[in-house]
Amino acid sequence: MRYVVAKDSRDAVALLNTGENARLLAGGTDVLVQMKLGNKTPSLLIDIKSINGFSDIFAENGGFRIGAAVNGAEMGAHAALKAMWPGVVEAVELIGSTQVQGRATMVGNLCNGSPAADAVPAMLAAGAMARVEGPSGTRDMLVAELLKGPGQTKLGKAELISSIYLPARPEHSGDAYLRFIPRTEMDIAVASAGVNLVLDASGTVADATVALGAVAPTAVVVPDAAAALLGSKLGAQALEACAAACAAACSPIDDRRGTVEFRTKIAGVMATRAANIAYTRAGGQL
Amino acid sequence: MKQDFKILGTRPARPDGLDKVTGKAMFGADKSVTGMLHARILRSPHAHAEIVSIDTSKAEALAGVKAVITGDDFADVESRWTRYTMQNCMAQGRALYDGHAVAAVAAISKTVAAKALKLIEVEYSVLPHVTDVDEAMAPGAPVLHEGVKARKLGDDVSGNTVGYYSFGHGNPETGFAEADEVIERTFKTAAVHQGYIEPHSCLADLGGDGRGELWCSTQGHYMVREVCSEILGIDASQLRVTASEIGGGFGGKTTVFIEPVALKLSQKAGKPVKLVMSREEVFRASGPTMSSSIDVKIGMSKAGKIKGAHAKLRYQGGAFPYQMVMMGAMSAFAAYDLEHVQAEGWDVMTNRPKMISYRAPGAPMAVYAVESVMDELCQKLGLDPIDTRLLNAAREGTKSSYGPTFKAIGLVEALEAAKAHPHYSAPLAPNTGRGVSCGFWFNFGGQVSVSMAINADGTVSLIEGNPDIGGSRASISMMAAEALGIEYDRIRTIVGDTASVGFSDVTDGSRVTFAVGIATINAAKAAIKEMCKRAAKIWEIDAEAVEWVDGAAQPTGHNAGDFPPMSLAEIAAISGKTGGPIAGHHEGAPDKAGVSFGVHMVDVEVDPETGFTSIKRYTAFQDVGKAIHPAYVEGQIQGGAVQGIGWALNEEYIYGEDGLLQNPGFLDYRIPVASDLPMIEPVIIEVPNPGHPYGVRGCGETAIVPPLAAVANGVAQAMGVRMFELPMSPPKILKAL
Repeated sequence: MRYVVAKDSRDAVALLNTGENARLLAGGTDVLVQMKLGNKTPSLLIDIKSINGFSDIFAENGGFRIGAAVNGAEMGAHAALKAMWPGVVEAVELIGSTQVQGRATMVGNLCNGSPAADAVPAMLAAGAMARVEGPSGTRDMLVAELLKGPGQTKLGKAELISSIYLPARPEHSGDAYLRFIPRTEMDIAVASAGVNLVLDASGTVADATVALGAVAPTAVVVPDAAAALLGSKLGAQALEACAAACAAACSPIDDRRGTVEFRTKIAGVMATRAANIAYTRAGGQL
Repeated sequence: MKQDFKILGTRPARPDGLDKVTGKAMFGADKSVTGMLHARILRSPHAHAEIVSIDTSKAEALAGVKAVITGDDFADVESRWTRYTMQNCMAQGRALYDGHAVAAVAAISKTVAAKALKLIEVEYSVLPHVTDVDEAMAPGAPVLHEGVKARKLGDDVSGNTVGYYSFGHGNPETGFAEADEVIERTFKTAAVHQGYIEPHSCLADLGGDGRGELWCSTQGHYMVREVCSEILGIDASQLRVTASEIGGGFGGKTTVFIEPVALKLSQKAGKPVKLVMSREEVFRASGPTMSSSIDVKIGMSKAGKIKGAHAKLRYQGGAFPYQMVMMGAMSAFAAYDLEHVQAEGWDVMTNRPKMISYRAPGAPMAVYAVESVMDELCQKLGLDPIDTRLLNAAREGTKSSYGPTFKAIGLVEALEAAKAHPHYSAPLAPNTGRGVSCGFWFNFGGQVSVSMAINADGTVSLIEGNPDIGGSRASISMMAAEALGIEYDRIRTIVGDTASVGFSDVTDGSRVTFAVGIATINAAKAAIKEMCKRAAKIWEIDAEAVEWVDGAAQPTGHNAGDFPPMSLAEIAAISGKTGGPIAGHHEGAPDKAGVSFGVHMVDVEVDPETGFTSIKRYTAFQDVGKAIHPAYVEGQIQGGAVQGIGWALNEEYIYGEDGLLQNPGFLDYRIPVASDLPMIEPVIIEVPNPGHPYGVRGCGETAIVPPLAAVANGVAQAMGVRMFELPMSPPKILKAL
C-alpha cells in the first residue's frame, strides 16, 4: 500500500483519478478501523490533512465554512461556530470518544455513508452545503443531495468534499441534535433527529427543518414533521403531529441495535425533544 | 482470633499501580523474543458443520509460513475433560460453533499469517444447530455429543442434557399448601462475557527435546501447565509456564483457548510462536458464561415467612459437556432459612462457545430469578423488602438450602446496615424505583504454595503461585507484614512461575486472599520459628524460651529480660553466621473459606418514552470477614456491581437464526461505560470468618450476584411492569410499557 500526502485538492483529485484502489485519509477514524478489520484494503491512502485550508474554520458570508480535515474537538472549541450552530456541533461532538474527537471529521462522517452518522441529520436540518472538488472542477451542493445508501454517497469518480458550509442564520433561530443509544456514550445511534427552527418575534415557528438518522437507508429530511411545527409554539398537538410524521417517514431495519417498532417510536421522541431544545435555543419560551 | 491489627485495614499504595500506569507492566502480548513467529487461527463460519476436508497445502507453500496445524495434529488424550478442552482449542471432525478453531498458521509476520489463513481450504458439510437452552434441551434437538447425557434422565430431555443436580430439604409442595400467596415465574437471561480488556495472548517455545517455555495471560499457570503438558504429551516438569501481568480475567482465564495451539505450532516450526486473539476472536471463541431459562416458585405467609421454595434452572454452557448449573442450584436459596426447599439444575450443550467461569459462576441468574419472585411477593403482600428478607435470613446455625450448616455469617448484619442507610429512606423521583436484592457466594480454599525468604537486609521476598487479578500481591504482603511484625514496604510479593514454587490452584472463586493468606501466615510462622531458634543460639538459651513479639525475638519465661530483643533485621543480618539463609514456606489446602453475603440497593429511572434505564444511586453492602486492604475490597464490590448492572441492562450474546454471533465486539456488546454509572457506594461489613486467623472471607464474587435482581426490582417499581428477561434493553422495556 502507498501512503501519499496530497499537496492540494487538485493533487488529491489527481491521485484519486489514478485508477488505483484509493481511499482518502483525514481523521482516519473510519478508514483505519476498516483496514484493521480487513474490510477495506486500499492500495493507495491519500492524506488530505496537510492541504491548505482543509483544517480551518472560516467565517464566510455570515456563516461558517468548515474544512474537510477539521476535527470534532476543533469544532467544539470554536465559540462562534458553536453559538451559531449548536446542534451541528453537538452532533459532531457525539462521535466516538474524547480521543476519537481529536481526529474524527464531519466530512468523514458524511462520506463514510452510514445511515446512523451523527453529523448528517444535523447538517440536513441546517441546510448545509458541501463543496465538491473533482476532475471537472468545483461545485457546491446540498448535503442532502449527496446521500445515497449505506456505505455510499453520490460523489462521482475521483470527487472529494473539501469543506462544508453552514449558512448565516436569521435572528430567533436555533438547532439541536439528539440520538438514542442504549448507553450514554461511545455508541451508534439507534434513531436520531436534527431539528432547525426559526421563530418570529412572538415565538411562533416560522421555519423548520426536521431530519432523522438511522431509520432509513440514509438520513432523511421529513417535510411533514417540519410542517407540523410551523405556526406553532411547540404545543402538545404540534409535537404529537411532528412525532407521527416522523414515524410515518421511518423505514428502518430490525437488527442487533433495535427493532423496526422501537426505532419508529424513538425517532419521533428524539425529534420532539430536539425540537424543544432548538426552540429554547432560538429564544422561545416553552 | 486476632482482632488488633497494625497493617490490616490500612490502604498502602498498590504494588502494581506504577508499572500499570507507566506502561512498564508486561501483559500477555507484551513479550517478544528474537526469531519468533506470529500465529493466526482459522475459525468456523458455521454454527455446526462436519469438517469434510482441510487442504493446507497452499498455505504451507506460501513464503514465510513455517507451520500449519489442524485437529489432526493433536493426539488423543486420556482424560475426557482434557479432550474437551483440546477439541475446543482445535476442532476435530466437526466445528461445533461459530468461531470454533479449525486450523492455525505460524508465519514470519502477522500479514503472512493472515494471507496464509485465506489459502486454507476447508470443506464443510453444514449440520443442524441449536443455540437456545430450551430448544437444545427438548427431545429431537440436534445433539452435540452422543453418549454424554446425564444418567437418570429420561426421554423428556435431549442428549444435550449433560448434568442434573438437586439440592434442598423438606417438601416444597407442603410449604406451598401452607402459604397464603404462591407466585411462580419463568425467567430468561442472556449469555454474557467477562469483558476483560486484555485478549488472550501467549508466547510459546517448545523444542524438539520436549522442553518448553510458555508465557501467557492466565488466572492459573499451573492449570495451563497441567492441561498443556497432557495435550502435548510432555512431562509437567519440562514445561515452565509464566503468568504475565493480567488485564482482567473475572473467571474467563481459568482455562486455555490458544496455549496448546501456540505450543503445537512452535513444536512443529521449531521456533517460538506468539499468538494473540483479536477482540472478535475473544467474543466468538473464548468462554462466556451460561445463558439460562429458570422457573421459580415461592410460597409465602401473609407475614412474609417463606413457606416453600422451588427452582428449576436450565443453563446452556456451549458446545461441550460442563458442570456449572450445580453452583446455581446451590446458590439460589442460600440466603434464606427454609423448611421446604428444592433447587434443581440441568446443564445443557448448544452450538455456542464452551462456557467458562464468570465471577460467581452460575449464581447471578439463579439469584436474579429468586430475588425477583421475592420482590413480587413483597409487593403483592405489601411487605417491606428488607424486613421480609430479615425475617427469612440465614444466620449462624441455619441449615443451608444446599446442605451444610452455616457458621458465623453476615447476612443479617448486611440487611440491617442496608435498612439503616440513608439511601433506603431517601425520597424517590418520578419514574424512579428502588430495588433490593441479596447475593451469595461460597468462596473456597484449594491448593496453595507460598515461599518466603528473609533477606540479609531485613526485607522479605515472597513468592506465591496465584496470578494477581484483584490486588492479592498487596493483601498478601500486608498479611505477611502483620504476621512477621514488620512494615508493609519491606515485603515484595511476586507471582512465581511454575518452576519456582509449589502447585497452586487457579485464581478463582474468591479463594486467593483466603488461601494464600493462610499459607503466608503459616510460612511466616515457619520463618519466625527459625528466627527464634537463631536468637536462642546467639543467646545460648533454649529455642522454646524465645517468643516473637512485634517483629522481634525476645527471651521469655525465666529468661525474660535477660537480653534485649533482636529484630527481624538484626537476626537476618547475621543469618550467614548462625546457620545460613532463613526462609519459611507452606503448602496446603485450606478448606474453611467462609461464605460471603451481600445486599445491594439501587435507584433506577426508566424513561417512559424510550425505555432507557439509568442508574441514579447504588449502594452495596457486603460481609467480607476482614477487609485486608479496604480500597481493593471496595473496588471489588464496585466492579461486581457494575458488571451485574451491565448484565441486567444491556449485555448479551446475540445469535441469529443462522446460529452466528451478531455482536462480537464492544460496540454492540455493551458493557457499561463510566458515564452510565453513578458512584457505586460500597459498605464493608466485617463478620470474621472463623476459618481464617484474621477472619478473611473471599470478596470478589458475591458482588456480581445481587445487581441483576436489584436492578430488575427497581425497574419493576419504576414502570409498574415486571420484566422476566435479561437484559432489560430499551426495546424490551418500551414494548412492555
